[in-house]
Amino acid sequence: MSPRYSVFSLLRNALSYHENWQQAWRAAEPRERYDVVIVGGGGHGLATAYYLAKLHGIRSVAVIERGWLGGGNTGRNTTIVRSNYLWDQSAALYEQALKLWEGLSQDLNYNVMFSQRGVLNLAHNQHDLRETWRRINANRLNGIDSEFLTAQQVKEMVPIIDLRAGGRYPVLGASLQRRGGTARHDAVAWGYARAASDLGVDIIQECPVNGFRIENGKVTGVETGKGFIAAGKVGIVTAGHSSVMANMAGFRLPVQSVPLQALVSEPVKPVIDTVVMSGAVHAYISQSDKGELVIGAGVDHYIGYGQRGSLPVTEETIAAVCELFPLFRRMRMLRQWGGIVDTCPDASPILSKTPVQHLYINCGWGTGGFKATPGSGWAFAHTIAKDEPHELNAAFSLDRFRSGFLIDEHGAAAVAH
Amino acid sequence: MLQISCPHCGPRAESEFSYGGEAHIERPKDPAALSDAEWAEFVFLRDNPKGLVLERWNHALGCRRWFNVARDSVSYEILAVYPMGSPPPALEPRRYV
Repeated sequence: MSPRYSVFSLLRNALSYHENWQQAWRAAEPRERYDVVIVGGGGHGLATAYYLAKLHGIRSVAVIERGWLGGGNTGRNTTIVRSNYLWDQSAALYEQALKLWEGLSQDLNYNVMFSQRGVLNLAHNQHDLRETWRRINANRLNGIDSEFLTAQQVKEMVPIIDLRAGGRYPVLGASLQRRGGTARHDAVAWGYARAASDLGVDIIQECPVNGFRIENGKVTGVETGKGFIAAGKVGIVTAGHSSVMANMAGFRLPVQSVPLQALVSEPVKPVIDTVVMSGAVHAYISQSDKGELVIGAGVDHYIGYGQRGSLPVTEETIAAVCELFPLFRRMRMLRQWGGIVDTCPDASPILSKTPVQHLYINCGWGTGGFKATPGSGWAFAHTIAKDEPHELNAAFSLDRFRSGFLIDEHGAAAVAH
Repeated sequence: MLQISCPHCGPRAESEFSYGGEAHIERPKDPAALSDAEWAEFVFLRDNPKGLVLERWNHALGCRRWFNVARDSVSYEILAVYPMGSPPPALEPRRYV
């Protein structure tokens, strides 16, 4: 059990010049066998391991990660958290995640810097306005806070916005979820890793998965770069690489992997204290605590596993940002990168059993997985522990592509894909 | 930005093209006979490979004709351009972990 973080531990470590902080989690080497092996050490995988240990009493758990913790999409997203999804099934799942976010720092004893600064979704034309109202009403029926802002109210909340947007993307109104906001993405991975490690979960980094051992239609273990690891159950949580994993296990998925881009600017003084999103023009913007503008862009239009993204997509986003916020025209960008997102045909995730017994998959979060991290892990842990989905994720099965019960969230997922 | 060699117009920038997804998915010959699972296979399930991808492109802002491309989805190198309806050329498989 690692010592708890508190104001006293901060003071104590300040006296020793912060040279004696303990390691946040144990570096583990794989044992021969685990009850559950989670493939993928991003936020969702670590959250799954944590809730397996905490809520279901399964402590013989390993999280194996090809690279380093949170080095994939967990460390590459634009950190936005919200739950204003259109359909009942998604609203319930994302709202469960948001409720967990609200107590996450205390639960993990790790400051994930969850900041409920509000999230605005802009409407640029009459159709957007109607869709915005439809979503606000749907959210309210599901008990999710959502309100409408007129253009003038948007201007009061975000004074730097140009409501005419150069005449190209006029702002006619917006929806606002005040409970939405941002969180520190790395801290989410580290916090879950530390808390899971405390409960006995082994976290094994730099350990690629090369295959699954399957006997009589039942998974019995994982072939890795550090040898064979026997497992009672295996959960795949590998985002952009889900198809690669499924291929090793002998089934196919309805997902396409594409790079989703983000950029950050040079740090500046506080200029925007909320999150502004515009699905129509593919631009999302917020300001980090360091002062950098964090800008989210769209996805590439074709399959790609290169974590860069295509330049025409960058250009389109930058153009939209400059129209909406003319004062950013002379801002310099520091970094640009891409994360490989696994997009589903209905823009909803898959949290499901698979054709292989005791093998489970959590994928298809596409462009919006970060916000769901706690809820995703919570529901997936239940699915693995009980060998059947929780009612919150029952609708997000792989089978829906056969039955036709799709959950079309292209509007609420915000990045059309 | 990819530079794609349209078989009719020559090398052009990616922004002139639109993407048609995975190539060589044959439309069912007898749709009425298909089970739900077979429909799911045809409509939704994809290989999504990390490595060699065979895909359809359309020169939307040019000659507006369709063609197939063999590409590496990691290095983005275009390995072959070949006409619709013809089988893919023999290419070394590319494997990435």
